[in-house]
Amino acid sequence: MMKKYEFLAHTADAKFRAFGRTLEEAFSNAALATASLMWDWQKVEKRTKRKVKVKGKDLKQLLCGFLEEIIYLLDSEMFLLSSMGKIKIEKKGNQFNLEAFFEGDKYSDKYKIFGEVKAITYNEMEINENRPVTLQVVVDV
Amino acid sequence: MELKKINEYTWEIPKQGEMRVPARIYTSALLLENVKRDLTLRQARNVACLRGIQRIAYVMPDAHQGYGFPIGGVAAFDMDEGIISPGGVGYDINCGVRLLKTDYSEKDIHGKRKELLAEIFREVPAGVGKAGITRLSREVLKEVCIKGAEWAVENGYGTREDLERTEEGGRMKEAEFRYLSKRAVERGIPQLGTLGAGNHFLEIQKVSQIYNQDVAQVFGIQSEGQILVMIHCGSRGLGHQVASDYIRLMENRYGTKGLPDRELIHAHIRSELGQEYYKSMSAAVNYAFSNRQMIAHWVRNVFEKIMGSSKGMDQIYDVCHNVAKFENHKIDGQWKEVCIHRKGATRSFGPGRDEIPSVYRAVGQPIIIPGSMGTASYILVGTLEAEELSFSSTAHGAGRVMSRHEALRRFRGEQIKRDLERKGVELKSTSWRGVAEEASQAYKDIDEVVKVSHEVGIGKLVARVTPVGVMKG
Repeated sequence: MMKKYEFLAHTADAKFRAFGRTLEEAFSNAALATASLMWDWQKVEKRTKRKVKVKGKDLKQLLCGFLEEIIYLLDSEMFLLSSMGKIKIEKKGNQFNLEAFFEGDKYSDKYKIFGEVKAITYNEMEINENRPVTLQVVVDV
Repeated sequence: MELKKINEYTWEIPKQGEMRVPARIYTSALLLENVKRDLTLRQARNVACLRGIQRIAYVMPDAHQGYGFPIGGVAAFDMDEGIISPGGVGYDINCGVRLLKTDYSEKDIHGKRKELLAEIFREVPAGVGKAGITRLSREVLKEVCIKGAEWAVENGYGTREDLERTEEGGRMKEAEFRYLSKRAVERGIPQLGTLGAGNHFLEIQKVSQIYNQDVAQVFGIQSEGQILVMIHCGSRGLGHQVASDYIRLMENRYGTKGLPDRELIHAHIRSELGQEYYKSMSAAVNYAFSNRQMIAHWVRNVFEKIMGSSKGMDQIYDVCHNVAKFENHKIDGQWKEVCIHRKGATRSFGPGRDEIPSVYRAVGQPIIIPGSMGTASYILVGTLEAEELSFSSTAHGAGRVMSRHEALRRFRGEQIKRDLERKGVELKSTSWRGVAEEASQAYKDIDEVVKVSHEVGIGKLVARVTPVGVMKG
């Protein structure tokens, strides 16, 4: 089975590569990598879901905006991602549109949050669309 | 890249290619080795290429690679020609430090350290996912963003005197609420009055050495063994969102072509978007001031409860580490207003500046430099020379040298706690993993960082403090 993601050394922050057979799968795995910096997504129950819609001028902006949803949903609703539901990325003219479902649960005492992601950055961001699709991201922690 | 040694603590990247000014790095041979290993120097060179940059692009002794601008970067821009950049401030807008004095000595609190720390841990919300005390309305959040620490004082958190002893009086007057996104507001509402996580902490400290008795006295530091409290936190999700929002808005308006690094995106200071960012950033600065004001109040309550009194727990000062501001600086022998960016740097005004509280005006501004978890922190004083040397700026902390990932591989939170206890330092945290990530071995040597500041003259040593109790978010 293909590795979902791996972490690389970075002095001040967290850097990961996420992989996928498709762009959608790689985006999904990048979401799990981001969540893994804050909680153990494998231990979160699937009790509720959230639909997210993101637009981007290019793939990098789309990826940034998409991963930001995870931090936003945590801060505003205490929503913890456990797995990715359906995800679709489309190119329309000069714009990329993404629609996806996050599955997960509201934070409660049974879960442990052990880290904070402040922001998704463009620093050293790389998107390789050849298979396996590889996304490299540095997040500010 | 050409790097010219000017003297023992100063290196320069001479003006070349598209650089509009040279870049200067205040560091030591030892610290320079770390800086050379990452992108710090390349990022400093990129900053030197930006429109309207004045004199020199500076890099402080604790520098490491950031996004767009290096952490530890200081740059001033002409108000008409120049730019303002969210990447030049950073994601954690007004991440900063507040220092309170007490009239207690190490002996006074010795038997009560555990109790004090446990009670602070109960009173001050910390860690990710911990909400603040109250669910605020949008209207109240608006007031917080407009009034900053003044809002907190008006609502019973602390005193007027605290405001006087806060950079900007605890309120950036240019702040406006209406340019904040819905998301920034939604992230800000539950988090007011929280410490956060990551490198943020609250420490009970003792004065371990005084280098300059006269200045220490003015700051309220009387003797070795005196207990102080240090609070290190920022603008939480609200500030992070402002940075992300304006990077995207500027990208969409100006495009990213020709930028060596996407996070160097910027706008003219006088442009609509430049002004909107500045006003939103100011709102985030105010949110952070208010945050630290509330936390300081709770700490005083805890001392009152456990020690019987919080008398004498005056604020020494509160400084910003990540901010852009309009200040007067000396350019080509003339004083003029510029837009100064300090990203991971502390203002270090010397004696006489109007911006300094009147009680400190004769000696210079207090500079608070937190170390890494469990190590020393320092109090310095601003100097007159710093104006010519660094637009009155110095270091802001220890600066990481090891990734969190690597720290997690090497250290165990439980072991760090035991090691600290052996050294007489109590530790409480919301997460063992967080403790391991913040291991002091993952940071630069703070002693070396402040030595460079002192030797260069951009901030002079006043006192060294060491922790007796650490609360980590």
